[in-house]
Amino acid sequence: MTLVNLVRGSVRRPWRSAAEASALLIAAVVAFPLYWMVLSAVKPAGEIESTRPRPWTGSPTLDSFRRVFGQQEFGRYFLNSLVVAGCVVVASALIAFLAATAVTRFRFRFRTTLLIMFLVAQMVPVEALAIPLFFLMRDLGQLNTLGALILPHIAFSLPFAIWMLRGFVKAVPEALEEAAHLDGASRARFLWQILFPLVLPGLMATSVFSFISAWNDFLFAKSFIISDTSQSTLPMALLVFYKPDEPDWGGVMAASTVMTIPVLVFFVVVQRRLVSGLGGSLKD
Amino acid sequence: MAAPDTVVDRHPPATTTVTRTRGARRAGRTPWLYLAPALVVLGGLLVYPVYQLGLISVLEYTQAQVSGGKPTSFRGLGNYTTLFSDDQFWSVLLATVVFAAACVLCTLAVGCALAVLLTRVRAVPRLALMLAALGAWATPAVTGSTIWLFLFDPDFGPVNRLLGLGDHSWTYGRYGAFLLVLLEVVWCSFPFVMVTVYAGIRAVPAEMLEAAALDGASQWRIWRSVLAPMLRPILAVVTIQSVIWDFKVFTQIYVMTNGGGIAGQNLVLNVYAYQKAFASSEYSLGSAIGVVTLLILLAVTLGYLRLLRRQGEEL
Repeated sequence: MTLVNLVRGSVRRPWRSAAEASALLIAAVVAFPLYWMVLSAVKPAGEIESTRPRPWTGSPTLDSFRRVFGQQEFGRYFLNSLVVAGCVVVASALIAFLAATAVTRFRFRFRTTLLIMFLVAQMVPVEALAIPLFFLMRDLGQLNTLGALILPHIAFSLPFAIWMLRGFVKAVPEALEEAAHLDGASRARFLWQILFPLVLPGLMATSVFSFISAWNDFLFAKSFIISDTSQSTLPMALLVFYKPDEPDWGGVMAASTVMTIPVLVFFVVVQRRLVSGLGGSLKD
Repeated sequence: MAAPDTVVDRHPPATTTVTRTRGARRAGRTPWLYLAPALVVLGGLLVYPVYQLGLISVLEYTQAQVSGGKPTSFRGLGNYTTLFSDDQFWSVLLATVVFAAACVLCTLAVGCALAVLLTRVRAVPRLALMLAALGAWATPAVTGSTIWLFLFDPDFGPVNRLLGLGDHSWTYGRYGAFLLVLLEVVWCSFPFVMVTVYAGIRAVPAEMLEAAALDGASQWRIWRSVLAPMLRPILAVVTIQSVIWDFKVFTQIYVMTNGGGIAGQNLVLNVYAYQKAFASSEYSLGSAIGVVTLLILLAVTLGYLRLLRRQGEEL
């Protein structure tokens, strides 16, 4: 088996069968936790709390989901999570698009310095900043509001978004800008009517990361939303069912399923862009 | 191959010089206008909090000061002295480093091995593995944590049943709990490595390898002189990202060990800082721990930047 074959993907037969069998096996192992989650969400209570768990169920039920949505504010938490993630995705995409255009389409002083700063900013541990952000949000009067979750996440997703978008903006040929300019298009017009639509697919791929960081956020949701539970997001709702001593596993798994599905959908939609985007942003 | 490129860059042909000059003249304020929103947001919500973090870490700042009952006072490095003379801090720091290193090694090993595996199989197994990995990748940290807890639940989990471990509790012992968290972390972070490295391998032009083979290069030589140099930047990126992610794992530890384990046996720096600040209202100590975390990650980042520089990467 040669390296040329490695890249081209052609391998001798017995080896390939073994490789394919193990690929399928590993895929099954990797997918198993998610399978178990969905399975446990639809199992009747008696089967979950059984010391002989079976990997299938004969009588699927939506009881756990009913319990989850019956919990007073679950729908509201879901909506809150959507609002937070939505605002973060849109705001950080627009801001990152402008910034990425600035650093790829122009040469100016401090350009390299800025790029290095964006790279360093990615490394700042969000978690370490929970304390000063807590006081900042208090001073801004944002504690216990969704703003306290939206604002920090826009900031934290920006550096990576800018970094990754560079590749997509760079890929649009400079000649296009010159042509647009010759045709009398203003800079703003070129930016929004030509460049933006062309970069949009890349923007979508980049958005996955801001969506995930906002949607999955646990620390800020826990620290900044303290007294007004109507502003809570899904992770906190999930923990209502997870009490370390007596967890309601059916409820936890149903709530987990509800929380995982939007991210899965988002991922599947942008999946191909994501792979090429990562490859692209890493290569240059 | 690199040489002609740089020459072109430094001495652009006459035609582009004209447009460049026009562009450069008109650039003026425009890039800063485009950058303004990003800089405002980052300045206010990232740079300023970092400054605040440093500030709080040298103040006396507890519940009394937060509620305004007592004036804040300057403590200098007093908080750090308190921290560094605390045995628990050192054991948490050690645990964090060892845990992060183990996570990074496992994630990279699994991710790279599976990336190579992906290049050797046909479309259907590849799609299956890709989809499964994307699913793991997409799973939020909170739900991932609860799922793995349930899988390893001593009473109702399938894993103990499968392994015949009876009601062995994984979260009771220190190493068992860390192992469980490690498995979850690797499960949800190897897909990034796998997808990226796979994309990197596929991006190597096959002609280049064929040419090397035709020139009589051995397999080992092709790997060392062609494939490895092309993959090195990608490996550097995934390594650094993994180091950063795994060093600041918070949710998994918090949820799976219920806030840091029995008597804090499973604390890592982030969770430790959080507990100090929000559970015991010692905001200064929490901030000092935050500063330590920040400095460690900064050192890693700078090392990474130097590495990029040495490889002559252009930003």
